Amino acid sequence: MSSPASTPSRRRGKRGRSSNPPTPQDARSPPSQKRRADDSTSTGELQPMPTSPPVGTQSPAAREALFSSPTQFRHSAIPIDFDISSPLTYGTPSSRVEGTPRSGVRGTPVRQRPDLGSVRKARQVDLHSEGPAEDVATEQSLGQKLVIWGTDVNVASCKEKFQRFLQRFIDPLAKEDEDIGLDLKEPRYMQRLEEINMVGEPFLNVNCDHLRSFDENLYRQLICYPQEVIPTFDMAANEIFFDRYPDSILEHQIQVRPYNALKTRNMRSLNPEDIDQLITISGMVIRSSQLIPEMQEAFFKCQVCAFTTRVEIDRGRIAEPSVCKNCNTTHSMALIHNRSMFSDKQMIKLQESPEDMPAGQTPHTVVLFAHNDLVDKVQPGDRVNVTGIYRAVPIRVNPRVSNVKSVYKTHIDVIHYRKTDAKRLHGVDEETEQKIFAEERVAILKELSKKADIYERLSSALAPSIYEHEDIKKGILLQLFGGSRKDFTHTGRGNFRAEINILLCGDPGTSKSQLLQYVYNLVPRGQYTSGKGSSAVGLTAYVMKDPETRQLVLQTGALVLSDNGICCIDEFDKMNESTRSVLHEVMEQQTLSIAKAGIICQLNARTSILAAANPIESQWNPKKTTIENIQLPHTLLSRFDLIFLMLDPRDEAYDRRLARHLVSLYYQSEEKMEEEYMDMAVLRDYIAYARSYVNPRLSEEASQALIEAYVDMRKIGSGRGMVSAYPRQLESLIRLAEAHAKVRFAHKVETVDVEEAKRLHREALKQSATDPRTGIVDISILTTGMSATARKRKEELAQALRKLIQSKGKTPALKYQQLFDDLRAQSDTAVTKEMFEEALRALADDDFLTVTGKTVRLL
Amino acid sequence: MPCVADWLNNPFSIVQGIFAQNVPNSDWEKKVTEYFKEKLKENNATNWVPSLNDVPVHYLKPNSLVKFRCMVQDMFDPEFYMGVYETVDPNTNTRVLHFGKYRDVAECGPQQEIDLNSTQTVTSERQTFYCVPVPGESAWVKEISFLPDASQARVSPSTSYTPSRHKRSYEEDEDMDLHPSKQKEQHIGNSSGGDIHGCVEPKRLETEASAGHHLISPNCSPPLDLNFPLPGEKGPACLVKVYESWDSFKVNDVLEVYGILSVDPVLSIFNSEESSALDPMECMDTAEEQRVHSPPASLVPRIHVILAQKLQHINPLLPACLNEEESKTCEYLNLTSLFVSNFMSELSPVRAELLGFLTHALLGDSLAAEYLILHLISTVYARRDVLPLGKFTVNLSGCPRNSVFTEHIYRIIQQLVPASYCLQMTIENMNHSRFIPHKDYAANRLVSGVLQLASNTSLIVDETQLEQGQLDTTGVHNVTALGNLITWQKVDYDFSYHQMEFPCNINVLITSEGRSLLPSDCQVHLQTQVIPPNMEEYMNSLLTAVLPSVLNKFRIYLTLLRLLDYSISDEVTKAVEEDFVEMRKNDPESITGDDLHRTLLVARFLSLSAGQTTLSRERWLRAKQLEALRKARLQQQKCVNGNEL
Repeated sequence: MSSPASTPSRRRGKRGRSSNPPTPQDARSPPSQKRRADDSTSTGELQPMPTSPPVGTQSPAAREALFSSPTQFRHSAIPIDFDISSPLTYGTPSSRVEGTPRSGVRGTPVRQRPDLGSVRKARQVDLHSEGPAEDVATEQSLGQKLVIWGTDVNVASCKEKFQRFLQRFIDPLAKEDEDIGLDLKEPRYMQRLEEINMVGEPFLNVNCDHLRSFDENLYRQLICYPQEVIPTFDMAANEIFFDRYPDSILEHQIQVRPYNALKTRNMRSLNPEDIDQLITISGMVIRSSQLIPEMQEAFFKCQVCAFTTRVEIDRGRIAEPSVCKNCNTTHSMALIHNRSMFSDKQMIKLQESPEDMPAGQTPHTVVLFAHNDLVDKVQPGDRVNVTGIYRAVPIRVNPRVSNVKSVYKTHIDVIHYRKTDAKRLHGVDEETEQKIFAEERVAILKELSKKADIYERLSSALAPSIYEHEDIKKGILLQLFGGSRKDFTHTGRGNFRAEINILLCGDPGTSKSQLLQYVYNLVPRGQYTSGKGSSAVGLTAYVMKDPETRQLVLQTGALVLSDNGICCIDEFDKMNESTRSVLHEVMEQQTLSIAKAGIICQLNARTSILAAANPIESQWNPKKTTIENIQLPHTLLSRFDLIFLMLDPRDEAYDRRLARHLVSLYYQSEEKMEEEYMDMAVLRDYIAYARSYVNPRLSEEASQALIEAYVDMRKIGSGRGMVSAYPRQLESLIRLAEAHAKVRFAHKVETVDVEEAKRLHREALKQSATDPRTGIVDISILTTGMSATARKRKEELAQALRKLIQSKGKTPALKYQQLFDDLRAQSDTAVTKEMFEEALRALADDDFLTVTGKTVRLL
Repeated sequence: MPCVADWLNNPFSIVQGIFAQNVPNSDWEKKVTEYFKEKLKENNATNWVPSLNDVPVHYLKPNSLVKFRCMVQDMFDPEFYMGVYETVDPNTNTRVLHFGKYRDVAECGPQQEIDLNSTQTVTSERQTFYCVPVPGESAWVKEISFLPDASQARVSPSTSYTPSRHKRSYEEDEDMDLHPSKQKEQHIGNSSGGDIHGCVEPKRLETEASAGHHLISPNCSPPLDLNFPLPGEKGPACLVKVYESWDSFKVNDVLEVYGILSVDPVLSIFNSEESSALDPMECMDTAEEQRVHSPPASLVPRIHVILAQKLQHINPLLPACLNEEESKTCEYLNLTSLFVSNFMSELSPVRAELLGFLTHALLGDSLAAEYLILHLISTVYARRDVLPLGKFTVNLSGCPRNSVFTEHIYRIIQQLVPASYCLQMTIENMNHSRFIPHKDYAANRLVSGVLQLASNTSLIVDETQLEQGQLDTTGVHNVTALGNLITWQKVDYDFSYHQMEFPCNINVLITSEGRSLLPSDCQVHLQTQVIPPNMEEYMNSLLTAVLPSVLNKFRIYLTLLRLLDYSISDEVTKAVEEDFVEMRKNDPESITGDDLHRTLLVARFLSLSAGQTTLSRERWLRAKQLEALRKARLQQQKCVNGNEL
């Protein structure tokens, strides 16, 4: 085959409007092209190629057409003048020869862009063959009519527009963190070019979103005709660059890499209309192939006369010259491997991310081809956003048979990767975490947040099938929102934990596991493990040897995986000591340090922990104190912000409500469930929105209230069997108050928030029902809800007793029984021995008397 | 019936006709579906369509209409194909339009070439499902579906094939079930070498297969793993190409598809070494992936679906159209409602008989039999956030140890339900079998596991087999998965980088000696009244004693009641509340929320089992009574054990 310079005349004249004639690739290739001296690896693979039958069984039209993309997606197909020296062919060797303005002059080699695939075979049509060029063919400096066939892209104006974009675009929404070291007031991409000049990496990443806000039409063209528009962009960028930095030496010319095409789709919604368009999809890399040397250009030598010729690979096929042009010997041409050109290529399988998948279906996968330096940029397991061109290629059943499998193979030629979780291991990256909410959705959420009872509403929307336990639900709700993240790194204290940890502890059968399951299902990044089944390794991370590559790979465990999410640990009490100990670091520092098998690292594990444990005797022992019942080390307990006791209350009203609730479960209609499901979606969005956009700060009054609360806690907490207060508890209170403010979408923490935090903290441990002296939770108080009156009566009795004693005058000691009888006689209600004893104890607390054996001494 | 033969034997001619008439617009696709829908509505028309479940694939005519009852095991990526294409004859330059729908290969005449640049070309999308026969399908389902009278009317595509399945006795099938091999796969494999449509004596194939099947163990990979969820499954696996509304189908759905069978040998050649070396586009798949995604058509035929419907049940005794109505609003078709009401009228004698039958099967324990009925009609009817409602896992404790008791129970249940599987819970089994389906990224498919079962499959877990021993990691995972299945009715499929939850609806019955180590909703301790000297004989006589017609009634009973709707009136709600509060007052220990939960479940199924769709006071009391009896037994058992200690 000859060089494309001669192609226009060679091209077949008549062609269907939508036909898609690829120009054969140029025979010469740029010197920069990678030359694989060592082709021992490729030999085996390429061996059969020369023996492949000359494709002459078909007409060239059919053959070429077979490998061109399906064409019916082209909308307006008006063939226009084809010109090989036009900038369209920029990037091909021929353009280098003919000299693209400026770029070639500097001697910077061009590099082929296999990612754009058939760009060199761009759809350009000889105007002479088909007349009506309604599109205004523009006069170019070169004196040629230039427009890209099949598109409405006018090369000159496209180039000009893009140059304007590069020179003028200032991102109005730019944030510091994304562009470190960029002056936001200056044109953004000019600074990028400067960076290229300094760093020498000739790639210019262009955010399509920026382009869209700058020029909607240009953006549309880019999306629809990427393989024509991107080379134009390349050229534009290079012209500007070499204009500015004429002395800059780059490995090859700058290549523009667009990313973040707004047509970001999930894999499932890809359809035939997307073929040959620029798309951005997200997913997870599941497999990557070895590097494949792809032949770009085959080198043939005549065995008879040593005449050499080069043949471009046309979509993976070598058109072996059957006749030597020089000596006219047939079948004398032999392939010389080490003079052929190869480029790197890699096949990658991308699987759709679990979040995008409808329930009950298996994930879809898509094949990606990465070229040149994009090879080996991603590893299996990476979450990436891929920008590329979607392709479809027909499959030939058998080269000898004209039947074609009626199926196309699809793949994406990668232009740009953006790892979504790369930064997760390094630092806070709110950018990628932030979900974009539709405006109406935000309006709905804001509307919701204004409701006075939003807190109650949300908490009741949480796990509606689980009965009551309002406070626990509230606690979990606050956990879902989390506190505000504070960074004190510059003062040397590091990050403050914003996540709230909760321990549920209580009788079996109080639906602890159900709550955990619910939370796990609700949050996007939740993990569920059972204490019994997990080892320290499973929670943290482990190093394993990849069976294929023999490479050491760090596999992350549940805690790391739930970074920025919630890790639910069931059967916390059954977890063994060593496993539990890894939690210490996670629960306060929010990091995980790993030192094993030559890998030493610190991983972020900013996870909230929701743990469930049974009391030590599996049933709550009311005769024991809280601490005795839980029996977890202090060090760990203090790291939980809230420790909820879930006890099985026994009282009539409760039973009645429970019964009604359960019965309703059994006949509720489907529609109502649908409704509730909606609620769950709203709840999820509400939480996501609050987490990413609301960051409340403490107000003055709130701080004051917090201080008081803490001091109070210290006072009470000294009693036996209580979970005592540490500075950590103060931090907990702050977090809870912040979370509560978040629920209201408020940006200031008010006193109400602190009040609720205090209440919840107290409720959690049933401290209102705990005897501060003995530390025993009084279940009867708890369930009858009589605690307030009971306490009052107790106080009255104590006062009565005090009066009685005082009325007896100055006696240093009294007989116990005597006093009891007197009190009974005096009182108009029945006084039990217990009540009497309690009254005595209360007085003893006030240092009014002491009880020793059977005598009561006054002090 | 020339017309019948036409649309059955050569559906392409019909499609071509419709296509030719309507060619410029895309209406033809709709019309094709309409046409076949109409055809299949005619009485008994569905019976004429040969079924892949019944007839081995090599007896079926390629490109004829077939039906297949299957479960979606895996979903492959969607594929783009040429919906319409044009061929051109280079000599005469005549252009012809063709349709690519329902085809794997874009065909063209010997002198023609496909013009891929044609403006007429339409690219469309279709989805491929990898389907396997419903796992654990009972033999009777097949027998009744393909009764001789039905198959006589069938247009036998191959004269040499006389349907022999219905002649094979049940025992033989049973025997084959027990052998952990894939006979069908193998003898198809054997024949695939030469004559796909050839007329080989079925007898010979069968003997060959039985000779060979000892060599293949279930775990080492046979020539091609057809990926059946259960070991020892047979029957064809199929690549089902769905053309419309594929989003509505899910993994593990049971489908009945009518479509065009494609066994073009070209499909097998396609992945041969030679072509893959030539076409570099091929290299994007690994060899393994190719094997899985385009297996030889003789082994895994393709069906191009014209009509597909989800099945609510696979019981051939019930009209399939029960599932027409989505909301179960009792708007059955006339015929169906007649059927239902007829059956409902004679419900109580059937129930009584069934109870008697099961009582005998459970060695004279009527309480356990009662619970077994409740268990068999239980189904997850809704999910409230994570909580599945309506599951009723029964743990039958007190089963005689190391006896064949469970096996016999399984045999009996097999006779009653359309799909079932008995899981031997031995240490060996737990450690070595694959319970959880996992994604094999190399081959890009979901490798099936025992727990990948269709809805309403009965899973009998035989814990009496369990000995002391060590579970390894796989074992622990398997037990956990089993536990999750029971508690949450979901299985977390392993996608190696993450897990994905697949809800399921499986009735689990656990037989154990003491309390099972697996969670269960309800434990019934077996109290045997009779101890037959020879269990084998006893059970056999029991099975032979029951008339086939009665057995069929049992089958209808169990399937039908599962689909009924149910509600509780406000009145009864109040009464239940009162009752609960009262009981709690007397003795808070006696009844907890969980107990109430269970009693409500029992009441639900008890009402349904009597054909009542609302809870009545009597049923509630009866449920309480049953529960009390059951608990008393457990208590008693505890005492006995305590004394022994």
